[in-house]
Amino acid sequence: MIAKEPPGPRSTGIRALAVIFLLSLAALAAVACDDSGKGGEIDIDGSSTVYPITAAVAEDFHAVAGDVRVNVAFSGTGGGLEVFCAGETHLSNASRPIEQDELDACAENGINDVLEIQVGLDALTVMVHPDNDFADCLTIEQLHEIFRTGGAANWSAVDASFPDQPIALYYPGTDSGTFDYFVEAIIKDVDEAANHRGDGTASEDDNVLAVGIGGDGDSIGYFGFAYFQDAGQSLKAVSVDGGEGCVAPSFDSALDGSYPLSRPLFIYTRESSLAEHPENPMLRFLEFYLDNATALVAEVGYVSLPADTLQEQQARIEPYLP
Amino acid sequence: MASEQLRLRAGGAVARRQLVSRVSRYLFLGATVLGVSILGFLAYDTIDSGASRLSLDFLTNYPSRFAEKAGLRPAMYGTLWLMLITVFSSIPIAIGTAIWIEEFAPRNRLLTIVKINLANLAGVPSIIYGILGLTIFVRFYGMDRSLLAGGFTLALMIIPMTVIASQEAIRQVPPSLRDGALALGATRWQAVRHNVLPNAIPGIMTGTILAISRAVGETAALIMIGGAAFIHFDPGPNLADFADPGGFWAGLNESFTVIPIQIYAWTLDSRREFQANASAGIIVLMTGVMALNLLAALIRERFRRN
Repeated sequence: MIAKEPPGPRSTGIRALAVIFLLSLAALAAVACDDSGKGGEIDIDGSSTVYPITAAVAEDFHAVAGDVRVNVAFSGTGGGLEVFCAGETHLSNASRPIEQDELDACAENGINDVLEIQVGLDALTVMVHPDNDFADCLTIEQLHEIFRTGGAANWSAVDASFPDQPIALYYPGTDSGTFDYFVEAIIKDVDEAANHRGDGTASEDDNVLAVGIGGDGDSIGYFGFAYFQDAGQSLKAVSVDGGEGCVAPSFDSALDGSYPLSRPLFIYTRESSLAEHPENPMLRFLEFYLDNATALVAEVGYVSLPADTLQEQQARIEPYLP
Repeated sequence: MASEQLRLRAGGAVARRQLVSRVSRYLFLGATVLGVSILGFLAYDTIDSGASRLSLDFLTNYPSRFAEKAGLRPAMYGTLWLMLITVFSSIPIAIGTAIWIEEFAPRNRLLTIVKINLANLAGVPSIIYGILGLTIFVRFYGMDRSLLAGGFTLALMIIPMTVIASQEAIRQVPPSLRDGALALGATRWQAVRHNVLPNAIPGIMTGTILAISRAVGETAALIMIGGAAFIHFDPGPNLADFADPGGFWAGLNESFTVIPIQIYAWTLDSRREFQANASAGIIVLMTGVMALNLLAALIRERFRRN
C-alpha cells in the first residue's frame, strides 16, 4: 500500500503560504524602481575614512547623472586595493598611498596603469596655551605619554625640563573622526594595548576646545587641522617629531607627508578606464569628483586640498577629457 | 502539642540540600533578570534614540550624507532578496544533509568525522565565510559583488547550523513511527517522506528560522565580499523582470547593500544625527527579525495541530 498524501489541511496551509509568498514577492518587485543603470556602473571599495567623501560625491553625481550607478563599499584601504588589483572594482578609496607589493599584485593581473588622485587630507593639530613657552615640539612618544590612560599628570613627567605643573587635557568627543585618528596614530601606534585617557575635557564642538585651551595656562589639546586653519590661529600649534625632526603643522608639511599627524586621502583608478570611450561614466564621475571635492571634503569633515594641489590632480584626468 | 511535633525541620544533609535548592532558585532568577534587563535596556535605549527618525521617508529614501534625508530603501530590498536567495539555496541542502545523516548514512567513522566537522563549521567566525565566498563565488565563479554571491555566502554560513538543528528534530521523531512504516513494506524514502519529515518539520522550522535570523544580521562576511554601503537603486529584479528570465537573472546579479551594512556605515559617521539613523535602522531590523520569529511560531503551531 502506497501512502498517498490526502488533500488535508496541511497541504492547503502550505499552498496558502506559497500564494502569500508569491504575492509579496510581486508586490516587492512592483514598487521597485526601474533604474536600469544603462549609463554604466561604477563599483567602488576601499577605505572607510575616504568613504564619506566618495559617497557624498556619488550622491550629488546621481542628481546630475541618474543613469549611472555608483556603488560605494568600505572594506578598508588594504581590502579595497586587493579587489581593485583583482580587477573587481573600478575605483578604490585609500587613506594611504598604494604600496609596492600592491602595485605588484596589480601588475600580475595585467593592471599596469594605476592612476593616483589625491582628494583631501585627514590631519590634526596639537595645541597649547599661547603663553606656554616650553612645549614647542613634542615627539609621538611624548604625546602618547600625555594622552594614554594613566599617563602623565604633570608636565614634568613628560620631560624633565618642563615645569612641575598639572596637565589639563582637551580633546574631541569619542564619536569624532579626529578622535579615532588620534587614537590610531598616537595611542595604538606606540602601544597597541593602550587606551586614550578619559579624564580631560571632551567636546564635539571644536569651538569649546579652542576656548578651553585658550583659557587654561596648563592646557594641551588637539582638534582637526581644518579647524586650526579656520579659527585656531590664536593658539600655539605644537610641532610634532615623528622620528625625523620637528615639523610644524601646515598645508605643505601635511601634503608632502612630513607632518606626522596627517595622512593624504586618495582614490585610485585605471588610466584605461578613463580612455574607453567619450561618454565614459568613470570620466564623468572623476571630473565631477574633482570639481566638487573642495566643498564636499570640507562638508564631511576633512581638509580640502589647496587650489594648486587640486589643479595638479585635475591635470591628471585632463588628457582624457573630451 | 501534636501539631507542633508535626512541623518537622530537616537537619544536617537534608537541610543543606534544601538550602542549595532555595539559593539556586534565586541564582537562576538572577541570571535571567540580568540577561533580560540588559536586553531590555538596550532595546529601550535604541528605541529612545531612533524612534524619532522612523517615518515612511526613512523606509523609502536612498542613503544620503544628510542624516534627515538618509533612508533604508535599497538596504531593505537588498536584505529581502538576499534572504530569499539564502533560504532557497541553503534549506534544501541542509535538510537533505540532515536526512542523509540520520536516515541513510552508514554508521561508521566517516559519518562521525562529518558530524564533528559540521559542529565545528557552525562555530566558524562569519568573516571566514566572507573570505570563502569572495574566493569561490565572487572570483572562481565570476559572480562579482552580486546578490547571488552574497546569498550563497550566507547560505554556506547557515547550512551547518540548519543541518544540526534539523538532525535534532529528526532524531526526536519516535522510532516506532519509522519502524512501523518500514515493517509495513514502505521504502526508506517513503518512511522519511510520510512519517519522519511531517513530524520533524516544526523542529526543522525553528532551527531554520534561527539560522536565518543570524543571516539577516550578518555584516562582516558581506562587507568582505563587497556589499556596498552607498547604493542609489533598488537591488534585485523588478516587476518587469518577472516576465523575462534574462532580466530576472540580471536583477539577481546586481550589486547590493543590506540593512546591517547601512547601520554600520551610519555608526561609523562621526555626526550625531547619524547615530539616531543607526538606531532607527536597528529598530527596523529588530522588527523584521521578530516578525520572522512570529512567522516561525505560527507555522510550527499549524503543523503541531495537524
